[in-house]
Amino acid sequence: MVQNLWSLSLVAVVAVVTFLLGYVGSRRANTTPDFLVARRAVPATRNAAAISGEYLSAASFLGVAGLILKDGVDALWYPIGFTAGYLAMMLFVAAPLRRSGAYTLPDFAEARLGSRKLRHFCTFFVVCIGVLYLVPQLQSAGLTLNTITGLPAWLGGVLVTLIVVANVLGGGMRAITLVQAFQYWGKLFAISAPTFVLFAVFLTGPGTSAQSVDAEGVLLFHEPVTVTTVDPVRLEVTSLTKLHVVGEVDGARADGPAYWGPDSGGAPKTYSVAKGTELRFTAGSPVPVVEGAPSANDVWLRPQTDGLGGLFETYSLIFATFLGTMGLPHVLVRFYTNPDGKAARRTALHVLYLLGLFYVFPTVLGVISRLYLPQLLVTGKTDAAVLLLPHTMLPGVLGQILGAVVAAGAFAAFLSTSSGLVVSVAGVVSTDILRGKVRDFRWATVLTGAVAIGLALLLPRSDASLTVAMSFALAASTFCPLLLLGIWWRGLTWVGAVAGLVVGGGLVILSQVVTAVSKATGDWAPALLAQPALVTVPIAFLTMIWISKLTGPSRPADVNQVLLRLHAPDRLGFMRDRGARFASGGARRAGEGQHRGAAGSGG
Amino acid sequence: MSEQPGPPAEQPAPGEHAPAQGRKPRRRRVVLADPKGRGRVLRTIIELEEQTSVGEKLVRDLIRQQLRTAFVLGGGTLLAVALLPLLFYLVDLSEVQLFGVRLPWLLLGLVPFPLFYLVGLLSRRQAERHERDFVSMVDR
Repeated sequence: MVQNLWSLSLVAVVAVVTFLLGYVGSRRANTTPDFLVARRAVPATRNAAAISGEYLSAASFLGVAGLILKDGVDALWYPIGFTAGYLAMMLFVAAPLRRSGAYTLPDFAEARLGSRKLRHFCTFFVVCIGVLYLVPQLQSAGLTLNTITGLPAWLGGVLVTLIVVANVLGGGMRAITLVQAFQYWGKLFAISAPTFVLFAVFLTGPGTSAQSVDAEGVLLFHEPVTVTTVDPVRLEVTSLTKLHVVGEVDGARADGPAYWGPDSGGAPKTYSVAKGTELRFTAGSPVPVVEGAPSANDVWLRPQTDGLGGLFETYSLIFATFLGTMGLPHVLVRFYTNPDGKAARRTALHVLYLLGLFYVFPTVLGVISRLYLPQLLVTGKTDAAVLLLPHTMLPGVLGQILGAVVAAGAFAAFLSTSSGLVVSVAGVVSTDILRGKVRDFRWATVLTGAVAIGLALLLPRSDASLTVAMSFALAASTFCPLLLLGIWWRGLTWVGAVAGLVVGGGLVILSQVVTAVSKATGDWAPALLAQPALVTVPIAFLTMIWISKLTGPSRPADVNQVLLRLHAPDRLGFMRDRGARFASGGARRAGEGQHRGAAGSGG
Repeated sequence: MSEQPGPPAEQPAPGEHAPAQGRKPRRRRVVLADPKGRGRVLRTIIELEEQTSVGEKLVRDLIRQQLRTAFVLGGGTLLAVALLPLLFYLVDLSEVQLFGVRLPWLLLGLVPFPLFYLVGLLSRRQAERHERDFVSMVDR
């Protein structure tokens, strides 16, 4: 109960501070550009902190450590890809995109290719990706609150939704910029402080850790552990295990001692354990792990042990994360808030070190948690590792405080990422489907929040990082080719762009549907379908290029002017912020005055 | 981090003329562009804006230059990183230890992040240099 109080009060502090910062930031927000792009006046360092704060979602804060606990060294490709995405962004997209003067991604598409139809297709995919990304945030918020305080799981998601919607209603992008920048530093503290303490405990600790591995490299429980499954799981057993089962295993009722072991030939055997089954293990018994995760420590420690399929999966993940980041709507929309193209480039560079700094800590926590929290491998709820570790390693008050700090950090992660997503989706909905006034933006915000929390409560939960990886694959197969070709190639036509979006996005959605069906009916789909970016991204690119060549005559007439605006250095003053659709003329005039460069246009 | 590319001397930014001392600020004329050569600058800008053959050629060259830099740096980094899985697949490096940590963990957990930052730094300098060259060409 004391543990609950610490965590609850810190989570409450995060919620209140978030709300107050949002309030401060929103006091002077009243025009559409305020709500959509924070009047394009966010300095590069603050913007970088805000981008990092928004980007380090549940998947990074909890998911990376959990994946390392489960998959070992191969999981390190997630933080690498999440960071490298910004390098790709900086090299190819950041500055020209800002100079386009657009407000949202569909706005950019229309500015470049001059087609309302293309704009609507982009809107559809922005909403898809945004909601797909938002749902795991809300679900993880529920998990966190549930793990830490025992409050019902739906409450966390609802709470996050309410705070975010309240902030965004008040001041849109202007309100959340300050919140997100603050939350980056909050999260960095919330993960680094416990990591330093726990790492020190791990190095000097009183020996509880050292016995977890036996001579054959099998992971063992080092103390008696009782595990209750929350969802049905399929467990893989590689060595003989004695345990006490109360519940349902392999479809049969079980109540009493049981012996689990590999087949007579020594091959691993899989047991299906129903929801709510209690498994009691004694100290020194091997840890059964969820199907698909490596059970032997040796496999966990080595990279690329899954053969060619695993190699393919790794490359596909690299592709999806490297190229997907530049298509994430909530990341892109933050780049529009820079004053000019040069600042956008600087922002991306800052983000590179802010992210690199952060990812060291979940990695260390993931490694340590393998020794202290093997029971998470049984339930498969590895996302909870970071939350449970402080209390498990330090049962005293210090552990409680550290646990509360981590919980508060996780809560900040849900808040800042959800804020960014809600703003970007609401921005797109309000300017494309509604009329783009401030009131429309507010309605769109409420709508987005309601749809997201509804889906989060209805859909089943899966690993945060994996769901997020799918939205990366979708972004990489739709917006990445659109942006790269739109910015660097004169030949793109709107028909080609639409074809590429439909083919790339369609293939990713199809592959995910097939994967879901195959999971439900016995895992027959190849790994290609679970992580399809390596195939779908080139197909999307080729489709866009091919169809554009076929429809060459429908190339926009002003392509040279548009490319000039995207690439000419800021000081020449070619940049014009698009504003025709929004009636609020004051901000538009201010924007133009600001960006008229020094060179000659003053005459 | 050392290089802070300021505007070229013949074209001072407005902010630089603000009085630095605490004395009462004197009224002064803000010069947005050097009057000398202004006609020519305007002409080049108009050429760019109207996309005459000269203007279009200038922009094409700039875009090609920027794209080449981005491709070389991005492609090089991608290649370096993407060779790692293949390397791990072919050679077992996990027996090699550095400071008690297995090599793959170091190569994946620590090395990429500073590498990305350095490449980013390099690309920013290159891109800004190309832009400066372009401006001074227009300004000639």
